[in-house]
Amino acid sequence: MAKKLMKGCEAIAEAAIQAGCRYFFGYPITPQNDIPEYMSLRLPQVGGCFLQAESELAAINMVYGAGGAGARVMTSSSSPGISLKQEGISTCAAAEIPCVVVNMMRGGPGLGNIQASQGDYFQAVKGGGHGDYHLIVYAPSSIQEACDMMQKAFDVADQYRTPVMILADGLIGQMMEPVELKTNPDLVLPEKPWAATGYTPGGKKPRSVLNSLYIETEDLDQLLERLFARYAVIEANEQMWETYNTEGAEYILCAYGTVARVCKAAIRILGEQGVKAGLVRPISLWPFPSKAVHDAIVQDSVKEALTVEVSSGQMVEDIRLAVNGERPVQFMGKAGSYIPTAEEIAERILQMRRG
Amino acid sequence: MTVVFKKTPVLRDVPLHYCPGCGHGIVHRMVSEVIEELGIQDKCAGVAPVGCAVFAYNYFDVDMYEAAHGRAPAVATGFKRVHPDHYIFTYQGDGDLASIGTAEIVHAAHRGEKITTIFINNAIYGMTGGQMAPTTLVGQKTTTSPLGRDKDHCGEPIRMAEMLATISGSAFIARCALNSTPNLIKTKAAIKKAFETQIARKGFSMVEILSPCPTNWGKSPAEAMDWIADAMIPYYPLGTFKEV
Repeated sequence: MAKKLMKGCEAIAEAAIQAGCRYFFGYPITPQNDIPEYMSLRLPQVGGCFLQAESELAAINMVYGAGGAGARVMTSSSSPGISLKQEGISTCAAAEIPCVVVNMMRGGPGLGNIQASQGDYFQAVKGGGHGDYHLIVYAPSSIQEACDMMQKAFDVADQYRTPVMILADGLIGQMMEPVELKTNPDLVLPEKPWAATGYTPGGKKPRSVLNSLYIETEDLDQLLERLFARYAVIEANEQMWETYNTEGAEYILCAYGTVARVCKAAIRILGEQGVKAGLVRPISLWPFPSKAVHDAIVQDSVKEALTVEVSSGQMVEDIRLAVNGERPVQFMGKAGSYIPTAEEIAERILQMRRG
Repeated sequence: MTVVFKKTPVLRDVPLHYCPGCGHGIVHRMVSEVIEELGIQDKCAGVAPVGCAVFAYNYFDVDMYEAAHGRAPAVATGFKRVHPDHYIFTYQGDGDLASIGTAEIVHAAHRGEKITTIFINNAIYGMTGGQMAPTTLVGQKTTTSPLGRDKDHCGEPIRMAEMLATISGSAFIARCALNSTPNLIKTKAAIKKAFETQIARKGFSMVEILSPCPTNWGKSPAEAMDWIADAMIPYYPLGTFKEV
């Protein structure tokens, strides 16, 4: 299929449809409105249903209802709206409901601003809602990658019966890039015998009970053991990352999302000045690719690492945990949606080099 | 021996956790009987609330969801949009529906969502220990209105049936009570009508049921039934408020 120039939000929406998503429930918030707008026109054309909910709370609970009914379903929002959805995200994690949640991050806390940001890393990766659970979290750094990720997101959501979050900075949603949208006419969706699709007593399918309440200590313990056994499998099998120019590098940049692309430009600037720098880019933020990050940074040639984020420093904590003190890891970043330039990043590395 | 009465198979053979004299058991049986009589058990699902009926997913022998507090109509909406040829009911108390879940119930009605809501109004929060509900009567003592509800401080009780009947998407809205045999018969008939409204795809349907809570009202079961007649019905008139 030929490449097409598309806006990120619209490309993500179409990619979700190609991945088998037929239901979307959402509430308007900038900068992700192009997703619900696109879905409102497209989903009825493919026999699906778009519904604008009365709130983010209602939207995520509609997702619970539809995901529990066996459908491929998705919602999207941006930071303050994602905060509102946390009750339902925690519910879906506990009730083992596959679904995909897109967060086009904007600046926070509170209402923040409407520019791109990476301030929701902690919320996405460390919980967000209450209780012991994880989401699978993917962070695209281009529109093409975001599109390819949608198929993966829906597939792993079904495979592991878990909510999956696409954590994108607002730039991914708002910019336009050429993309190749993969169609999948032979897509076969997995059977979901646990879903609420109708129950006949004495029939083959068991009665569905989609629930997040386990009032007995032993019962809740059993649920958590089951979830955490599954998380261990996810951690073993689902880590995704990219390394760029890392072998024999003197400095390693760590970044995710759009910022990682700025880092690549900085690496080229540094190369022109005879400084070899590389990049390690986590693509799955949970499970976090700790070993890949460690191996990229802890090599003989590497003096120091620098994590660059559009936040006051969130992923840097996981980078430091992965490196475990074996190399210094510095942080560069500003909240308030300030995207550093390639020149600024290169200059910071040169400063580190001067000591 | 002739069988003159038997339990509906839609109610599962498990012990109910409700207090003596509580109305939930009566309504559970009526809802189950209606599902049986309409022959929709294999195409029906239910949504349990947060509140005393939180374990309702153990009692109805249909596919069941347990929803977060107040969100049952949104969950039911998600199910119904995926399976428009199936049926779904939400079973909610007054804290769930008339307080934390007002947005969800109003907008489910507003969309004309083809779902059925069973709304238990017992004028109090039962499960959490007898706190004031939006439906608590003026002067009624609860654990958070120990001197009696003061309307100047927290308003008068909210009348949900009347309110939802004003919404164009509502197709059947009624209020019933469990305090007498004639009212029990009317309650069962209204529940049936509500499900029939959903089957006919006319729009949103709800039956509000005035139901006793002897434990948190500090009354005997018999006194609680009398209090429905003497105190609740004068403020919450019975009847059908909307029928399309």
